[in-house]
Amino acid sequence: MSSTTLVTDTVTVFSRELRPVLRDPFSVVFSMIQPLVFLGLFTPLLPEVEGGSALQWFVPGIVVMSCLFSTSFTGSNLLFEIQTGAHERMLVTPLRRPALIVGRALKEIVPMIVQTAIIVAVCTPFGFDLHLGGVVVGVLILAVMAVGLGALSYTLALASKNTEWLFWTVQQTVLFPLLLLAGILLPVDDGPGWLRALSSANPLTYVVDAQRALFNGEFPASTVLAAVVASVAVAALGLAVGTRAMRRSS
Amino acid sequence: MTGMDSSVVHMNATMIQTTGLTRHFTVKGQRARAPRAARFSKNIVEAVRGLDLRVDEGELVALLGPNGAGKSTTLRMLTTLIPPTSGTAVVAGHDVVAEQREVRRVIGYIGQGNGAALSQRGRDELVSQGRAYGMSVRDSKARAAELIASLDLAAVADRPTSSLSGGQKRRLDIAMGLIHAPRLLFLDEPSTGLDPQNRANLQEHILKLRAEHGTTIVLTTHYLDEADAMAERVIVIDHGAVIADDTPARLKADHAGDRITLGFGSASDAARAAARLGGLDGAVVSTGGVEVEVRAQGGPRLVPGILRGLDAAGIAVESTAVSRPTLDDVFLNLTGRSLREGVVSLSNEEVAA
Repeated sequence: MSSTTLVTDTVTVFSRELRPVLRDPFSVVFSMIQPLVFLGLFTPLLPEVEGGSALQWFVPGIVVMSCLFSTSFTGSNLLFEIQTGAHERMLVTPLRRPALIVGRALKEIVPMIVQTAIIVAVCTPFGFDLHLGGVVVGVLILAVMAVGLGALSYTLALASKNTEWLFWTVQQTVLFPLLLLAGILLPVDDGPGWLRALSSANPLTYVVDAQRALFNGEFPASTVLAAVVASVAVAALGLAVGTRAMRRSS
Repeated sequence: MTGMDSSVVHMNATMIQTTGLTRHFTVKGQRARAPRAARFSKNIVEAVRGLDLRVDEGELVALLGPNGAGKSTTLRMLTTLIPPTSGTAVVAGHDVVAEQREVRRVIGYIGQGNGAALSQRGRDELVSQGRAYGMSVRDSKARAAELIASLDLAAVADRPTSSLSGGQKRRLDIAMGLIHAPRLLFLDEPSTGLDPQNRANLQEHILKLRAEHGTTIVLTTHYLDEADAMAERVIVIDHGAVIADDTPARLKADHAGDRITLGFGSASDAARAAARLGGLDGAVVSTGGVEVEVRAQGGPRLVPGILRGLDAAGIAVESTAVSRPTLDDVFLNLTGRSLREGVVSLSNEEVAA
């Protein structure tokens, strides 16, 4: 029997996670309904921005939002596999424990890219000014964040074994403050001090700020660097706690 | 890899060796999921208590016991899912704590749940499973196709698992457990939830696997007939400890006799008969209403003599029945409790011999 490495194990887990998505690509398209509804119903309410469409401000936020939604939900797939026995069967294989979390988390990048492409494609005819280079850099940063958020969601699923309500309670409780404090739907710049303080403690804030600049074709070094640092920090934290939880999983 | 080299039953290499294997669970509040029957003290449940076990290569062993006896916990320790609290277990030459990956590489495990995720297709899961054991994509696909054919899954292997019936899912579980042709296969309650036909099919597959590849098989079950029909060796576990360990035939011979049930016209006849039969060598006699139950070895050969004797004494026997002992009788005689779920004791006041 040939030997495996951490990399081949991760590829095995990643491919397995991705396969249902490839078999049924419509699952990704269906997950797009919610962000597109937000776009359709929210954009007309946005005030006119000088020199361009409100979409230019709103689209990057919606991209981050749909990434946040799908990655935070993704743990429920693992939770389901814990309940049915599929997770246990994986645990008995020689797959390395870090690969079990890293492979799953890396898969989050794929739907995120598809979702971003759909949002940008839908919005461009309506006045969104597409700057491809900026979008690509933005997606790269978001990919790192997606891995971190996905890993955290999987960690929550592992911690919620036998207590499904815990997963949903925590996920819902954390999701909306993160969303609102990142200034995705409304800017927080004019908010009270405490709100801005909370916002500056939210790693997503930096990612959203950077996406807005990048999607607009601008590359402000400090903003982009802050987003990279925030994303890497979330990814490192997520993978660290996720690996620890996976090692203890039974 | 092992393989077809031998289907000889007696190979003396040790496959599993445990020494003082023990597992405690801490009970949190009322959410105790730990075995009911296990002993409680200070919120600690001793699910498995100092198990010393040796299984040789090629054996087919059934761990039999009521729910909560510690069977699954034992299996979960042997398959590296949970570490022992104390004691050691060496599986296929590797320590289950220090050499987890080495153990995982050589064992197959079919758990109580379904191994294939509902969102996946059976064939995809089989290929992923092969990859997890380090097989190439090509080998995994070939092996998946082979197992799909032999487990009669061709019609459903390319459908989402969620659309499969219980029996089909279970066969897929078996296929996944066998993808890497393990030398040692663990099955945790393999036939729970299956209808009789699927249970029979499953047993057939397991026996075939054994016959063809000499695979060492350890399974847990609370189905008496399953342990009786399949295993050459039954290890009876109760309260986390081994209480008997032998072939089904020897267990029954040693721990339970045949059961002769005699029916009479009246309770007084039954009482008189019971008094006479009390003198029978090695027999245990109990009375319940108009019936007398005699437990003894070689029941069928005793009946004619019993009938003649009672006839001579003027006691009319209205009905007779002889039943061979079951493993439940063994368990009952060993523990005073029935193995059957929900049955605490039999209705008559039978006392263990």
